[in-house]
Amino acid sequence: MDFTTSISDTPPPPATRSVSGKAVRPGDRIFLGLSRGSGIILLVVMAAIAAFLTYRSVLAISGDRANFLTTLDWNATGTEPKFGIAVLAFGTVVSSVIAMLIAVPVAVGIALFISHYAPRKLASPLGYVIDLLAAVPSIVYGLWGALFLVPHLGGLYGWLNDYLGWTGILSYGGGAARSLFTVGILLAIMVLPIVTSVSREVFLQVPRMHEEAALALGATRWEVIRMSVLPFGRSGVISASMLGLGRALGETMAVATVLSPNFLIGASLLDPGGGTFAQNIASKFSEADTFGQDALIASGLVLFVITLLVNGAARLIIARRKEYSGANS
Amino acid sequence: MSVATSHRHRKVTEPRTPLALKQSRLPRWALPALAAAALAAGCGTGLAAGLDSTVQWGLIAALLFVAGTFALTAAVEGVRQAKDRLATSVVWIAFLLAVVPLASLLWETVARGSKVLDGYFLSHSMGTLPDAMPGGGVYHAIIGTLEQVGLATLIAAPLGLLTAIYLVEYGRGRLARTVTFFVDVMTGIPSIVAGLFVLSVWILILGFGPSGFAGAMALAILMMPVVVRSTEEMLKLVPNELREASLALGVPKWRTILRIVLPTSLGGITTGVMLAIARITGETAPVLLLVWGAKTINNNPFDGAQQSLPLYVFQQWQQGSDASYDRAWAAALVLIAFVMVLNLVARGIARWKAPKAGR
Amino acid sequence: MAKRIDVSGLNAYYGAHKAIDDISMSIEPRSVTAFIGPSGCGKSTFLRTLNRMHEVTPGGRVDGKVLLDDEDLYGPGVDPVAVRRTVGMVFQRPNPFPTMSIFDNVAAGLRLNGSHKKSRLKDVVEKSLRGANLWNEVKDRLNKPGSGLSGGQQQRLCIARAIAVEPQVLLMDEPCSALDPISTLAIEDLIGELKERFTIVIVTHNMQQAARVSDRTAFFNLAAVGKPGKLIEIDETERIFSNPSVQATEDYISGRFG
Repeated sequence: MDFTTSISDTPPPPATRSVSGKAVRPGDRIFLGLSRGSGIILLVVMAAIAAFLTYRSVLAISGDRANFLTTLDWNATGTEPKFGIAVLAFGTVVSSVIAMLIAVPVAVGIALFISHYAPRKLASPLGYVIDLLAAVPSIVYGLWGALFLVPHLGGLYGWLNDYLGWTGILSYGGGAARSLFTVGILLAIMVLPIVTSVSREVFLQVPRMHEEAALALGATRWEVIRMSVLPFGRSGVISASMLGLGRALGETMAVATVLSPNFLIGASLLDPGGGTFAQNIASKFSEADTFGQDALIASGLVLFVITLLVNGAARLIIARRKEYSGANS
Repeated sequence: MSVATSHRHRKVTEPRTPLALKQSRLPRWALPALAAAALAAGCGTGLAAGLDSTVQWGLIAALLFVAGTFALTAAVEGVRQAKDRLATSVVWIAFLLAVVPLASLLWETVARGSKVLDGYFLSHSMGTLPDAMPGGGVYHAIIGTLEQVGLATLIAAPLGLLTAIYLVEYGRGRLARTVTFFVDVMTGIPSIVAGLFVLSVWILILGFGPSGFAGAMALAILMMPVVVRSTEEMLKLVPNELREASLALGVPKWRTILRIVLPTSLGGITTGVMLAIARITGETAPVLLLVWGAKTINNNPFDGAQQSLPLYVFQQWQQGSDASYDRAWAAALVLIAFVMVLNLVARGIARWKAPKAGR
Repeated sequence: MAKRIDVSGLNAYYGAHKAIDDISMSIEPRSVTAFIGPSGCGKSTFLRTLNRMHEVTPGGRVDGKVLLDDEDLYGPGVDPVAVRRTVGMVFQRPNPFPTMSIFDNVAAGLRLNGSHKKSRLKDVVEKSLRGANLWNEVKDRLNKPGSGLSGGQQQRLCIARAIAVEPQVLLMDEPCSALDPISTLAIEDLIGELKERFTIVIVTHNMQQAARVSDRTAFFNLAAVGKPGKLIEIDETERIFSNPSVQATEDYISGRFG
């Protein structure tokens, strides 16, 4: 029906025009202009983000009386502003690494459970629920983390301290469990649904014939997974993890509610203290003057660069794996 | 019993291996019994050692079960089977491990949130109510969220849609590659950085005050790449034959896109946009920097501080009184419900509009 | 080491749907048995019941007896994994593991069974590739991905992978249907060589192929659409193609068939 109306609407173009191959109809030109314009706007916005953040950061860093990279303090007010990102970088990286160490294996486990182990009737509703959980706002995780998770972790930390306290890393002096490790656990729970959901999707896409090839050789279920499912899904799991890591690095509210921050780098991950970029911005923002805001912007720029590097690394890994992925065999 | 090489031979000296189709297997009751034993042992040690957290009990039981099945299966059925069993138990435990916190999260939100959630809560703002007092509501936050998210969608959805059309239908060459790359980069922007950007331009340089619109701009930055990505995926799903069929009839390209390509993928695109809306609805960080959070109703998103649901949850939590905790949970419940409904409707549309593939 | 297969009273189901009905037949060792019949008549399903691959499809269920020499594949306590190690399978579309090299593909089954000694693996891989008439084509690129080979080479790689674990029986599910005529010929020659060592069962849509490669031929058909498939007759290939005892077989072979 659409075809007939369109044909009657537009008179057949003269022969010379169609042969020339570059028929420039006004409609086409406007539409191309609009859509290309949107792409360009997107680029402009990105450029502006980079430019303005850099500009404000330069203002802040040039006013910093201490080393921006190594100072263990954040005092961006007054005549002698001294602030540095050492604690924030440490806290951000450590909490995200803890989160990924917990979340990725568990997420791969759940994804395999849904794709290969769960009873068929259970599998697809479970996948659905996981997808829904991925949409729960981070502030809700933050609220739950602060009011439910923190009170329940004290016992576990005491236990860890009894047996592993000698490592230094896992020593715990008591008090509320508002530490980087708690943040790591909460972030792990938070990114679990998204990592699971993407991994599950990849595992379900493993061509049946690869799995049957392994089965026909007399492989057990685990061997089928190891021989055909995991190799096929590896790059998908990596990109899912990077997606999760990106979220964990930039997560603000869940950290701001759970962590009890200070500007020291302690050896113990279980004791309260430390900070992350995003958390620091959120908690210092309300009392910051213009210069203080610039200082926070500078730390935000560092966070931005870190997430860019992580994403870039992910893309490199995936590109390198392409040769063996067999996605279109 | 060698595998033949290139020469042929009729009789191979075959040391006949007895067929081992049957293997000794664990009886059916062995694993449940082991699970019960592990659980009992976990609770036992927990009680005996006086561990106060049930988390430890569960961990001990899980470890005992995994080690037990492995040892038992390795002894009876062989190492390969044991590895298989081990993998199965580990996968099950991973699942259970994840279910507990996620279920608890939902349960706590519903149980604690429903305490003060009623018609009054939904239809009143905080006004001048002292923070420690019970009462008050989220009306102003709901208004703020709807307006900010609506504005963000108005900005981001058309831009994202057109960008995706450009990338799929026109995009060749350097510009398209650059745009694709930066869409990827944009996907990775932490929400607080988007907030900082708008802060630096809109408030610090241009000198505007906080407003719902400022927040909406930051939300739009977060939403745009999501819309581009999902729309791109959907447009790519439209078979090329359809485009060619239309072009071969002499229909201009832009009409082909508007009349053939977009309608075919409309369901998927709508789903993508709605999921993106659901995602930015829960964003707190940029709103914190740009909208500030008012206690009273402000219907004008272009002037003055507003409130939003996630920010309301955060601020009520910060107050730290029992009454404000109750309000925080209730608002969290409203927020989750809103996001879930958006998600369910979006997925419903996706299922309803999905091309009926195959059978 | 080739084994004889005796099937009696075998039914297979997909959920509530019965796909094949009450099949009984004997398959001779060291011979090629071909299954022919129209699409959807259950011959592939039947083939997959012979190494318990049918039950891995969702809803797949089997009852009846399949005796391998004297052991029932569906007897109590029989491990399907062990069955599949004894009865190898080659699929319709070549399916080398995409993430493994040619060498690793052939060695995959051996590694599963716990042999990791490099020298032994090398020996078996070479023998199997020679056995699959592929050695000369790939010996210089054993470490390249198997998915880089041509379709026919990939299929022979899959055959090499299947025979590397020295199964008793080799099942082939339309192994040539995705290949060009030259590659098909190569595989048919290979089948002729392999039957001296293995019991081979092949499903094919190509009647000439059945006539060329098989010693015995089984004709399957279904009574009507939606009804389960049945075995119509099984006999020496020559007799099936010259003088079948059932009219339906003759109709099908001479092309007088819907």
